[in-house]
Amino acid sequence: MSDMTTSMTPGGGPTEALRFHESRDYHPANGTLLGFWVYLMSDCLIFACLFAAYGVLGREYAGGPTGPEVLELPTVALNTSLLLLSSITYGFAVLEMQRDRQKPMMLWLVITGLLGAGFLTIELREFAHLIAEGNGPQRSAFLSSFFTLVGTHGLHVTCGILWLIVLMVQVAKKGLITANKRRLMCLSMFWHFLDVVWVGVFSFVYLMGVLP
Amino acid sequence: MSAHEETQHAYDDHHHDHDDLGIHATFGGYMTGFVLAVVLTIIPFWVVIGHVFDKSSTAAVVILGLAAVQIVVHMIYFLHMNTKSEGGWNMLALVFTIVLVVITLSGSIWIMYHLNNNMMPLMDPSNLP
Amino acid sequence: MIAHIDPAKLIFGRLTLASLPLHEPIVVYTFIGVALGGLAVLGAITYFRLWGYLWREWFTSIDHKKIGIMYMVLGFVMLLRGFADAIMMRGQQAIAFGGSTGYLPPEHYDQIFTAHGVIMIFFVAMPMVTGLMNFVMPLQIGARDVAFPFLNNFSFWMTVSGAMLVMASLFIGEFARTGWLAYPPLSDIASSPDAGVDYYIWALQIAGVGTLLSGINLLVTIIKMRAPGMTMMKMPVFTWTALCTNVLIVAAFPVLTAVLALLALDRYVGTNFFTTELGGNAMMYVNLIWIWGHPEVYILVLPVFGIYSEVTATFSRKPLFGYASMVYATVVITVLSYLVWLHHFFTMGSGASVNSFFGITTMIISIPTGAKIFNWLFTMYRGRVVFDLPMMWTVAFMITFVIGGMTGVLLAVPPADFSLHNSLFLVAHFHNVIIGGVLFGLFAGIYYWFPKAFGFRLDPFWGKCAFWFWVIGFYFAFMPLYVLGLMGVTRRLNHFDDPSLQIWFVLAAFGAFLILLGIGCMLVQIAVSIMRREQLRDVTGDPWGGRTLEWSTSSPPPPYNFAFTPRIHDHDAWWMMKKYRYQRPLDGYLPIHMPHNTPTGIILGALSFVFGFAMIWYMWLVAAVAFVTMLVVAIAHTFNYDREYYIPADEVRRVEQARTELLASHV
Repeated sequence: MSDMTTSMTPGGGPTEALRFHESRDYHPANGTLLGFWVYLMSDCLIFACLFAAYGVLGREYAGGPTGPEVLELPTVALNTSLLLLSSITYGFAVLEMQRDRQKPMMLWLVITGLLGAGFLTIELREFAHLIAEGNGPQRSAFLSSFFTLVGTHGLHVTCGILWLIVLMVQVAKKGLITANKRRLMCLSMFWHFLDVVWVGVFSFVYLMGVLP
Repeated sequence: MSAHEETQHAYDDHHHDHDDLGIHATFGGYMTGFVLAVVLTIIPFWVVIGHVFDKSSTAAVVILGLAAVQIVVHMIYFLHMNTKSEGGWNMLALVFTIVLVVITLSGSIWIMYHLNNNMMPLMDPSNLP
Repeated sequence: MIAHIDPAKLIFGRLTLASLPLHEPIVVYTFIGVALGGLAVLGAITYFRLWGYLWREWFTSIDHKKIGIMYMVLGFVMLLRGFADAIMMRGQQAIAFGGSTGYLPPEHYDQIFTAHGVIMIFFVAMPMVTGLMNFVMPLQIGARDVAFPFLNNFSFWMTVSGAMLVMASLFIGEFARTGWLAYPPLSDIASSPDAGVDYYIWALQIAGVGTLLSGINLLVTIIKMRAPGMTMMKMPVFTWTALCTNVLIVAAFPVLTAVLALLALDRYVGTNFFTTELGGNAMMYVNLIWIWGHPEVYILVLPVFGIYSEVTATFSRKPLFGYASMVYATVVITVLSYLVWLHHFFTMGSGASVNSFFGITTMIISIPTGAKIFNWLFTMYRGRVVFDLPMMWTVAFMITFVIGGMTGVLLAVPPADFSLHNSLFLVAHFHNVIIGGVLFGLFAGIYYWFPKAFGFRLDPFWGKCAFWFWVIGFYFAFMPLYVLGLMGVTRRLNHFDDPSLQIWFVLAAFGAFLILLGIGCMLVQIAVSIMRREQLRDVTGDPWGGRTLEWSTSSPPPPYNFAFTPRIHDHDAWWMMKKYRYQRPLDGYLPIHMPHNTPTGIILGALSFVFGFAMIWYMWLVAAVAFVTMLVVAIAHTFNYDREYYIPADEVRRVEQARTELLASHV
């Protein structure tokens, strides 16, 4: 940028040094990762509303079961560990991706997906159990907000797993090209973001919900 | 990100933009994050299951405080959040979002609490005659 | 269990022939009119063999300029629908006194005021604002397209899909009768069991996805794709306001999505968020939806403030007064707009401490807005003001908006609000700021950038007719409502007993009639301008003596916007280029990298319409099929990695050569 110094000082009168266009090809930086981050921020606000709904309605039992009666800490502890493990396994996949080692990366992705599926299975069993006992989301405002908040998180995990599968097919077909790496990084953000939301869920809903 | 760097980068051939991803994850970073996350998860569970505090409000504050710390840990070690990524825009977006999340949560709870107090005094047993 | 499932129910849900409003003659005549008009348009397109052209050059286009224009067309068409609703209401209220019940039965009237609000906000103001940002902003920052061109096309078709659902509700079933924000418990399944509220929910959810994605897209575009040298404080003011608006969109629309999803769960699943039993709390809905609703007001008005800033500077032949203060005011409004939402429901009963907090924040937000007004005035002060159409609308805005702003500050005082809440005073206030602020600004923007988009100006004579009919009509239509509101008349009534009020409603109806003439003049203006386009032609690309980069390229701009990426040294980049006698380069062209067109956006939009319609009518099978198909199409789209192509240098040379010749022939 030889003309940098002259071109950055306007106002010195019309001199020949002022250049008003780029004669070389100009490519703005790729915005995908930033765009995806901004999307995650907007998703944060969806969860903020659901948390707010739970915060306001979470003690409206309407004569139905209370928090300590329906929330099972051992289950949620197991679920938390599965999700946390899946986060670190996705991290290992990213490390392998950086080294361009496709096979081990795919292996870590499979493990991540399985851990996510395990998380979903346990969560669905918990839901099915509650509904079977007549404590479905229709029972009280507490249960409505509980099912919706936890269920929305679960829905995100489902989308994450689906995306993971699609991405594995794409990596298998096209290899670790830049576009695929970028997508893997987006999914990485998504997956870790779900973990962050889950920290809020187990703290605010489960742990605080069972406090007397 | 200085304007100079940005400009320089923009001329790079876009087929070789591996560094575009801008993230340099390390094994050490992930493991640090993981260990911290595990510790920060176990403590609140222990607080609740072991009935460590007599008062629920104390326990609630501890749980929320630890959750906040754990979220920060996830942000730094798993989401690679720092003040430099994407020229600081990631951080700016995050801070703005956190402000709005706090406004949404605390505002809603504050408004609805006052509303319930004012509009449904009979729901509170202490107001009963 | 399985044996009880009726296959017809799976396909047709609760939709029956009885759902068609054949018993309402007004709707039937409207339907016949719309159907004939629609057939005529479709026939004309077929006759002139335009389908292929439209499909290739517009519907599948990912060019931000074409998408911007399509947004504007959508907004204008929906404006006609929304205005038809408005004038029907004015007509009804002018005659329905004492013994006369008017011509609109209550259940129809309720649908009309709901549809009017929903359409005007979501499908007129939002598309027009998004359209202008889409068209202008990339040109202003010297970019060749937006950050995610396909997403842009997809966002547009989602918005169209939502608009189509609202239109469908006119002829199949009914629209919501709840007011434009559909407060429960009126909107819950017990009180509104028909499809109206479901139309509302799905139309807004589908359009909301489009709005959110477009917000992310434009936000990233501004952050990432500015031409070299354009630092944040050198961006044009319209781009600044677009940035803040898109920040607000990204941060506010998720709230709308969430709260409508909760309402949908109440209606479809039977949860108890906002019901009146089992712990539900309808006030929580009011609280949440206004967390979206208040920023929404600023989403509409901020970019329009940007338009006024561009127009005032251009037509006063002066740089904008107080650029930095304008930027800071915009940013302050962006943040403050999240701290005022409770002023929409002071009367709900949160008590003195809560009300005073939100009352004070509301009053504070008028300070940066006032600063902006002064900046525009000082820009005009001692400028050589040229009263072309955009500037006329800007001056009309300044006067009208100040009145609206002051009544707004009045409403921000909680005790005053207790007597004015839900009255026609409120209706007058928000029309005063939305018409006088947003719509006038959109018109200013349309007149300002129309030559850039199409290469010829709009006819000034008919434009002036439209201007005076609109402005005078506005004052006739809404000033009487202030008077009525102060007398205590509440909104959303379709019949009045007190005959002494009638004269005010007649005046308001007369105002609406003047606005009708204004809209008619605009339609004539478009036709006349197309016929006189050779006289109105803009060959320079800079018909107004503009200051920002969009005026440096040709009108209409080539697909790649700029043959060479501009380099920026100060704000008012084009003004500076003109001052330094910048010469366009005439050779050294390079091939330009551009994204491919794709039909995925319109396909996904169509599928989401089917999905939404099926959900509204409980056609579970159709909904499931549509949803899965959408998923498959979207995933299939991600398997296409080859999304870009090069415009060869020869093609660029040919286009630029043509412009050189055109410029030379008109010196």
